[in-house]
Amino acid sequence: MDLSFGAEYDEFRAEVKQFIAEKSDKSPKQAGVGNSEAIAWQKTLINNGYAARTIPTEYGGFGAEPDIIESRIIAEEFSNAQLSTGLGGQGISMLTPVLLEMGTEEQKQQFIKPTIHGELIWCQGYSEPGAGSDLASLTTKAELDGDEWVINGQKIWTSTAHLADWIFCLVRTEPEAPKHQGISFLLFRMDTPGIEIRPLVDMTGEANFNEVFFTDVRVPKDQIVGQRGQGWQVANAILGHERGSLAPPDAALSRLNGVIKLMNTESVNGERIIDNPIFRDRLMKIQGRVLAMKCNDMRLLSARINKGQDAKLAGMVVKLLGTELRHELESLAIDVMGEIGIAYGDNPHLRGNGSWQYQYMYFLGLIIGGGTSQIQKNIISERGLGMPREPNPAAKTNAS
Amino acid sequence: MEFGLSSEQTLLQDSVNRFLAEQIPLDVVRKIATDDSSDAHCWSGLTDLGIPGLLISEANGGLGLSNLDAAVVSELLGYHVTPSPFISSAVIAPATMQAAGRGEDLLGSVATGEIRIGIAFAEGIAARNNAGLSADGGKLSGKSLFALDSQANYYLVSTNAQEIYLVDANAQGLSRSNLTTVDRTRSTCELTYDKVDALLISDDPEVFRVALDAGLVSLSADTLGASQCALDQAVTYAGQREQFNRVIASFQAVKHMCAEMAASLEPCRSMVWYAAHALEEIPQESTMMASHTKAHLSEVGQFVTRTATEVHGGMGFTDLVGLHYWFKRTGFNRQLLGSPELLRERAARIQGLAA
Repeated sequence: MDLSFGAEYDEFRAEVKQFIAEKSDKSPKQAGVGNSEAIAWQKTLINNGYAARTIPTEYGGFGAEPDIIESRIIAEEFSNAQLSTGLGGQGISMLTPVLLEMGTEEQKQQFIKPTIHGELIWCQGYSEPGAGSDLASLTTKAELDGDEWVINGQKIWTSTAHLADWIFCLVRTEPEAPKHQGISFLLFRMDTPGIEIRPLVDMTGEANFNEVFFTDVRVPKDQIVGQRGQGWQVANAILGHERGSLAPPDAALSRLNGVIKLMNTESVNGERIIDNPIFRDRLMKIQGRVLAMKCNDMRLLSARINKGQDAKLAGMVVKLLGTELRHELESLAIDVMGEIGIAYGDNPHLRGNGSWQYQYMYFLGLIIGGGTSQIQKNIISERGLGMPREPNPAAKTNAS
Repeated sequence: MEFGLSSEQTLLQDSVNRFLAEQIPLDVVRKIATDDSSDAHCWSGLTDLGIPGLLISEANGGLGLSNLDAAVVSELLGYHVTPSPFISSAVIAPATMQAAGRGEDLLGSVATGEIRIGIAFAEGIAARNNAGLSADGGKLSGKSLFALDSQANYYLVSTNAQEIYLVDANAQGLSRSNLTTVDRTRSTCELTYDKVDALLISDDPEVFRVALDAGLVSLSADTLGASQCALDQAVTYAGQREQFNRVIASFQAVKHMCAEMAASLEPCRSMVWYAAHALEEIPQESTMMASHTKAHLSEVGQFVTRTATEVHGGMGFTDLVGLHYWFKRTGFNRQLLGSPELLRERAARIQGLAA
């Protein structure tokens, strides 16, 4: 057991601290797609190696050798200083790694640099009304007509579709093939004729998602990543990337400190909530679970650094536990406030800009999104514990 | 950075696991539990592996290893529901005496397996039935309940004020009677003292705190192992038992029960490792981590051993399958040295969140 990163990283940490001390006033006050302050900050980060760190220079990145500890130190120091670590979004976090691994040289040249610099905004076209947990049954089809794909169908849960310049999209190109082998991964412009976007208002009251409709959308044939029919493998590489990152324990820890502050300031009939043993026990129960997740996260980091450490199951449980835990944590904060906890919108009694109610609902969305809790349990039992898959009723009918 | 067990710790794990799997299987455990017979045979086998002296410093005749090594062993003892005085003789006794710097001359004989030191700490944590004891001029009077190890040669005894005394099990004025509990793999007893000669080991609450933290982590590791074994048995059983012409492991209802057990248990392993490491290396976090770890593992252990029993259906409820040994082991650990509610309150106090 060695929890230090070693003296050889002290110098690197000092560099990061110095950068933060000198430049933190340039950090954007507001996050958000297309914000010019955020784009300028992103450029500063890339030039200094604090964003797009391991992306090769020829594609607009900083070009450092991958080093998990350096990345962790950057994350820690930026988090301590409460500084923005740069732009996020599905183009940067999901498409870029895929293009690096499976894109053509031309695609890498064309897309990666503007994407990581925030000049090209992407959305992800995966889920459909009839293809949620069973994503591979998607039916949006693309048929080849000369040198173009002609796309017809509908996507749903498409965040940032209304802001996006481009979409990376799963479409069925081989209707005769088994469902996992008939999908292709296409890239196309969102201003192509035949695309209609409708905002989808969710329970938070905001339109975090959209529905996107395709009617005879014509896309050049070569705008495909991987081969025809390989789209499922491409998509799975990205989904694996998404799951754990939906519920990082550091965010839960910082949110937990927020609940502790809230319990110190909120009172009921003149008694501070923190002095109420029932509320305090709920707080301590959640703190115990957050600490367990924090320790689990250290083990996962260690397994990435030290090849040969087995932490497969430890990784599989993060999405399931982390999203449920955050939902309960936010729920505690609401109960701490009582009637004030139901305040929302322009209510003058709002605490924390209404973030407790918002996150409470938002994390219910994350319990469902990115692979529902039930799908996570299937994955844990089948791939983690080696239990058999649910027999396919259709296969049984065919046999008999 | 390496968060995990060292190669030496993995070797220790392998050798203890092999010994317990081969020499102390369930039928041996069952015999000790049902006949109320001695666990001396188990302990002498573990002594051959150096286990009693794990935490005893080399100067005091032991191996001078760390609390993480002790957690590795505790986890295996829980996994195999092994009857042994490990937590009392090998963990809390050395932790107490070495922190206090008194009574260490006995530790060499603990390491060689010649003597066992029991622990009567309940009254320093949460006295029940108005039990309690006081010291007057080096003489103890009163009563301790649920003292660990009814075969011990000596006892470390806490007063209600967390002063710790050493008494000889054969001392004049001391009487000892066994207390049966749900968990027959452990032995506990009631000690009554009538002006018993006692040696003051510590009147410093810090010593009590350090010793208690070590005990809490060790019990957490025991619960981790017991829960892991219950889960392993449930997955194996579900893969063999057929109903409706299918193994029940193919039913989503059963799979999700197993996934929930695995999901709640897996982070516990990291938590136990970290809490054990913190005892020596991160003292500013050790009490909060030890308290939270024991409380959290108690909740998870209860959920896992109960759910594993349900996966076994009616067979899980029988004595025949023996799953109840694991259920009772986690049930015993849950109450010992402080129930979850008391420990969460302790965690709140150490952070200044409770008076």
